[in-house]
Amino acid sequence: MDFNDTPEEAAFRAEAREFLAANAPLKSGSRPVLRLGGMDAAAVQRCKDWQAKKADAGFAGLTWPKRFGGKEASPILQVIYNQEEEDYSVPRGLFEIGLGMCMPTMMAYAKPEQLDRYVRPALRGEEVWCQLFSEPAGGSDLAALRTRAERDGDDWVINGQKIWTSGAHLSDFGIIVVRTDPNVPKHEGLSFFFLDMKSPGIEIRPIHQMSGTRHFNEVFFTDVRIPDTQRLGGVGQGWKVSITTLMNERLAVGEVARPDVDDLVALSRSVMVDGEPAIRNGAVRERIAEWYARSQGLKFTRFRMMTAMSKGETPGPENSIAKLVNASKLQDIASFGLDLMGNAGLVVDEDMAEAYAMFQSALLSSPSSRIAGGSDEILRNIIAERVLGMPSDIRVDKNKPFNQVPTGAR
Amino acid sequence: MNFDFSDDLKQLRDQARRFLSEQCTPEVVRRSLDEQEPYAADLWRAMADMGWIGAAIPEEYGGAGLGYEGLCVLAEELGRVVAPVPFASTAYLAAEAILAAGTEAQKRAWLPKLAEGSVIGGFALAEGTGNPSPNAIRARVSGGRLTGTKWPVADGNIADIAIVAARDESGEIALYLVQLAGVARRELKTLDPTRDQARFDLDGAAAEKLPQAVGWSVVQRVLDRAAILMAFEQVGGADASLQMARNYALERFAFGRPIGSFQAIKHKLADMYVALELARSNAYYGAWALSADAAELPLAAATARVSATEAFHLASKENIQTHGGIGFTWAVDCHLFYRRSKQLGLALGGAPFWKNRLVDLLETRNAA
Ligand SMILES: Cc1cc2nc3c(=O)[nH]c(=O)nc-3n(C[C@H](O)[C@H](O)[C@H](O)COP(=O)(O)OP(=O)(O)OC[C@H]3O[C@@H](n4cnc5c(N)ncnc54)[C@H](O)[C@@H]3O)c2cc1C
Ligand SMILES: Cc1cc2nc3c(=O)[nH]c(=O)nc-3n(C[C@H](O)[C@H](O)[C@H](O)COP(=O)(O)OP(=O)(O)OC[C@H]3O[C@@H](n4cnc5c(N)ncnc54)[C@H](O)[C@@H]3O)c2cc1C
Repeated sequence: MDFNDTPEEAAFRAEAREFLAANAPLKSGSRPVLRLGGMDAAAVQRCKDWQAKKADAGFAGLTWPKRFGGKEASPILQVIYNQEEEDYSVPRGLFEIGLGMCMPTMMAYAKPEQLDRYVRPALRGEEVWCQLFSEPAGGSDLAALRTRAERDGDDWVINGQKIWTSGAHLSDFGIIVVRTDPNVPKHEGLSFFFLDMKSPGIEIRPIHQMSGTRHFNEVFFTDVRIPDTQRLGGVGQGWKVSITTLMNERLAVGEVARPDVDDLVALSRSVMVDGEPAIRNGAVRERIAEWYARSQGLKFTRFRMMTAMSKGETPGPENSIAKLVNASKLQDIASFGLDLMGNAGLVVDEDMAEAYAMFQSALLSSPSSRIAGGSDEILRNIIAERVLGMPSDIRVDKNKPFNQVPTGAR
Repeated sequence: MNFDFSDDLKQLRDQARRFLSEQCTPEVVRRSLDEQEPYAADLWRAMADMGWIGAAIPEEYGGAGLGYEGLCVLAEELGRVVAPVPFASTAYLAAEAILAAGTEAQKRAWLPKLAEGSVIGGFALAEGTGNPSPNAIRARVSGGRLTGTKWPVADGNIADIAIVAARDESGEIALYLVQLAGVARRELKTLDPTRDQARFDLDGAAAEKLPQAVGWSVVQRVLDRAAILMAFEQVGGADASLQMARNYALERFAFGRPIGSFQAIKHKLADMYVALELARSNAYYGAWALSADAAELPLAAATARVSATEAFHLASKENIQTHGGIGFTWAVDCHLFYRRSKQLGLALGGAPFWKNRLVDLLETRNAA
């Protein structure tokens, strides 16, 4: 075993470090960039500027084909870049879905001339993409979606509603899965498209989140036309294409949100318990140790995964564990940090609250991490079924025509 | 980066797994459980012949020179089968203590014997209730004679020599090699009868100092290194517990379906898997730290220890739970893992001790 970079990796790491040092502030001691923070026009512009700079310097889309501005580099270089970027405070939150999920799906299914048109602008952050999957009828049960697409000449006409679409209000394009045939079992009647978010008939209504911000949306479709040329995969093959997207969701390297263990250690040094810094308290130490062991376990699990990838293995559902562990850890650390502050933990005024109010902010934003992108329960099902080989749930919806599947009042 | 065991070591792991599945069956473990024999002597001899005991002992001292990663691989396999052998006491503790603090002559005298399995080693630190602490060491050496009480000492009744922590005439803590023939020893009844545990009443036993490193720090050094190796045993035991629960969940039907189709069981198994994977990854980092003799070793050891203790405890208790009533019987093997999980979890000091140490090390690191 070794953690040594090959000469090529070391050279790349040095380049990445040089680029970051010249262009971004170090994270330590700086204000956390809140992932779900409301994005005003200035924040959007900061994200776009950073992405363009990163792409122009050759650090975006590292593993992508050269003809789309990538470097065809090994996934290890991507990890190295991410490791280095972890130390810096860079604007995030606008391109993760487009670059992590939409573009890989496009590259798997779109026509060459479409790729020539869309991939580079996405990589430079000139165009923003969103993912229109979830509906009121179901997020976990994605295949329960009801938004209809009907063929009309060379177009498809879309009617229905999507929900929880992150960044739809800031997006230029989106990928969407819709029902093209309600008379066959649910997974067989779906088709997949990409579309222009400025198309006539699309109405976007931001949703007020419990964290106070408005980053996800309801998206209504009234007779929206999508040319058939923008179909990804065959008619009725939408489920298969969606799986490509969701597999990439699992791979998309999630930033470890703050506060993490280091933030809790710092807080525990400054906050007093019984006349001593909290870090001297046995109960506090015990929790810090447990979370540290989890964080490190995830870090080294990722190293194991990268080692397997560098030997040509494809990462499997094992990777569900990172999100499952991180989401609860974030929520628990946030809550525990506030407990240490006593009654003042309630205060969110940034000039008075400890640690730029990051614990307070995480308390309110962290519930979303346990739901979005596969809820805790769905991830446990995936681990049990796909990794451990448990039988799948007994289902009442699988082999019936979709329009005969039971639905609830909500 | 290459964060995995080499192909050679994976081959060693496969061979060890095959060998142990034949030679360390539950029947063998149960002979120790039922107190018919204190340890599996035949298995021990076979392990010695294959070079396992001296896996990490340098070849110049009669070891196999497989390195620490080799020893880690073997530890995981021994943990998987709850092996009733004095491996940890001999290979992780006694041999490591001699390597850490022994003179050249002491290494030449004892390491080859430990490696060939003709001498079983023990490590006598605790003096009754309480976690490892310099304040708890009262045993004393004066004029080369050691006096004090040590318990519990793993494998103490079957060991030929023990490395004993005691204070010298000036009160400084050091490690002493004691030949145990003639020392008053008593067998202790414990939670895990598959491992021997002793009480030593040392009354002026001849003791030879391991002089090359003294003070509590050498004790801690030995504990740290053993914690990583033991983490692999714990990972092996946790993995075996999860496999057992998984197999049972597929075979057992209730309410007309396999119990593994109930989410209550699925999610339990998923949680066991998650804890196991985190523990495995932390143990791998420990293996790297051992083989690279890295400065990060103490923190890596505490982290591996905390993670592995949690994973094995969770997996062994939920394995019983998954089995329902039958899991609570003597006849079914669930309790072998549950017992061993506690034995290993206490052996080098319990979870609170290691969590506290982890944070100590974090504080030192952050201050640097
Ligand atoms: C911040 C945020 C951003 C999001 N961004 C997007 C986006 O950009 N695009 C998009 O398409 N979607 C997005 N989503 C939607 C997200 O994918 C869904 O919320 C998620 O899949 C859960 O679906 P649901 O909300 O319909 O809850 P439901 O599926 O109704 O789940 C409700 C509860 O039931 C549980 N449950 C459901 N099925 C099972 C089962 N089989 N076994 C056990 N328990 C089950 C769930 O775990 C959950 O606890 C976002 C969500 C959030 C919170
Ligand atoms: C100490 C002891 C004393 C006992 N005394 C008596 C007695 O005096 N008289 C008597 O009749 N019985 C007695 N029992 C039996 C006891 O009632 C059963 O062991 C218990 O009901 C579980 O049944 P099982 O052992 O068949 O396990 P199973 O029913 O096979 O359960 C195995 C596992 O699957 C889980 N499981 C099963 N069904 C479901 C489900 N639908 N959803 C989710 N999880 C499920 C269980 O929770 C368990 O974890 C005793 C058991 C013990 C341990």
